[in-house]
Amino acid sequence: MQTNHIGKQTVVFRSLPSISHTFSIVGPKEGRGPWGPDYDTVLPDEVYGEQTWEKAERKLVVEAVNNLIQKAKLQPDEISFLLAGDLLNQIISSNFAAATFPIPFFGLFGACSTIAEALILGAMLIDGRYGSRVIAAASSHNKAAERQFRFPIEFGTQRPPTAQWTVTGCGSFLIDDSATNPRITCATVGRVVDMGCKDPNDMGSAMAPAAADTLLAHFKDLAKQPADYDLIVTGDLGKVGSAILAELMEEAGFGFVDNYLDCGASIFHPDEDVHAGGSGCAALAVGFAGHFFKLIQAGKLNKVLLAGTGALLSPLTSLQNENIPCICHAVAIEVI
Amino acid sequence: MMAQRTKAQQNYQRIAQKHIPKPPIFRNSCNAFLVGGLICVIAQAINNLFLSRGLSPSEAGAFTAITMVFLGALLTALGLYDKLAKIGGAGSAVPITGFANTIVSAAMDFRSEGYVLGMAAQMYKIAGPVITYGVVSAIIAGVVKWILVH
Repeated sequence: MQTNHIGKQTVVFRSLPSISHTFSIVGPKEGRGPWGPDYDTVLPDEVYGEQTWEKAERKLVVEAVNNLIQKAKLQPDEISFLLAGDLLNQIISSNFAAATFPIPFFGLFGACSTIAEALILGAMLIDGRYGSRVIAAASSHNKAAERQFRFPIEFGTQRPPTAQWTVTGCGSFLIDDSATNPRITCATVGRVVDMGCKDPNDMGSAMAPAAADTLLAHFKDLAKQPADYDLIVTGDLGKVGSAILAELMEEAGFGFVDNYLDCGASIFHPDEDVHAGGSGCAALAVGFAGHFFKLIQAGKLNKVLLAGTGALLSPLTSLQNENIPCICHAVAIEVI
Repeated sequence: MMAQRTKAQQNYQRIAQKHIPKPPIFRNSCNAFLVGGLICVIAQAINNLFLSRGLSPSEAGAFTAITMVFLGALLTALGLYDKLAKIGGAGSAVPITGFANTIVSAAMDFRSEGYVLGMAAQMYKIAGPVITYGVVSAIIAGVVKWILVH
């Protein structure tokens, strides 16, 4: 039987599923960033009229999915599957948001790589003809993540220069068989990589080896070079992790050729006090749904490789002095 | 025992260390000195005020501590203490205002999980170790003093 599996970790999508619409919703700090005008909705505050931060994040997901369905002029029952994930324990933002839709649901956890995981699985569902329309979404909320992973919001503490700032937002994507551009052409599924990093305030250097592992597998499996893409976008390596990744790729003989960018390192205005940059599921989700998708639609980008990076730690494993296992999934989005 | 790092992990750590920025320790220390000093100057002024109104030194000390805890709690509730701490670091964490900040920030955070199992149970989340080890060191110091005296 012919499979669509190439090399060690890569799959190709024969039917070339389309990303026909995206929706992005972000908090005020993200809205002040360089991609501010590209987002569909910029909230005036992070509370979003809710009683808790967790409810605010859930509302981000509900709005991102609802607005995407409206944008595509569809009804919820025309969606075959919803794939969504977030950072909160038991992925409560996605699970509770999914309760408001009559759509069969897969909850995903890949930490900050979740949107790449959702896009890959969504493309597989379409390519396998298990449905004709799939929504992929991922969210994070700075205050909800801060509470769960670090300290109370108002607790006074000094963050090290490697720390990152969780992005508040949700990005959603409609993947379908409409044969419109851009298409999801292939994807490389990551392995969990542990390079012995322990510092939860430095996730960039923990995740960089996972990103290098997946990108190298991608180029080797498909016999490609970084120069074959207009742009390679990682999720939330931040300034530290993206510098390390560039060095690792150079060392392996697959150096970037001025075509690499990290969403975390680019999403906030340089004057914002966010240390090594942004992080969280939303970094890549809103960065691509907002900024890069518009560049593709405008014909400024034709071949983009998205690499979602995730640090698979929990507050418990950090306290127990465990290493931070990391993952990266890469998905190629091209105009055919 | 911590698990030994493999050769690949050791190699990677060498590469990563080149890119990891060091915290600006000298600047942080100066800021901590200034912010911590400022908090102490304010406390001293309050102490002098209480003394000038006729309180005994021990009463004035107690009322000063109460006033500083109140100010720390107030600035936390107004969302200002964390901004001060971003500059001050240890200078804002060590004085009693920092202790107030740990309790009030945790209490505010866990209010959403209810008054009993949320706020009341979790408000000592950060201050708890300070209280525990404060009591333990007081006991040790007491025992040492007793031995020296007898």
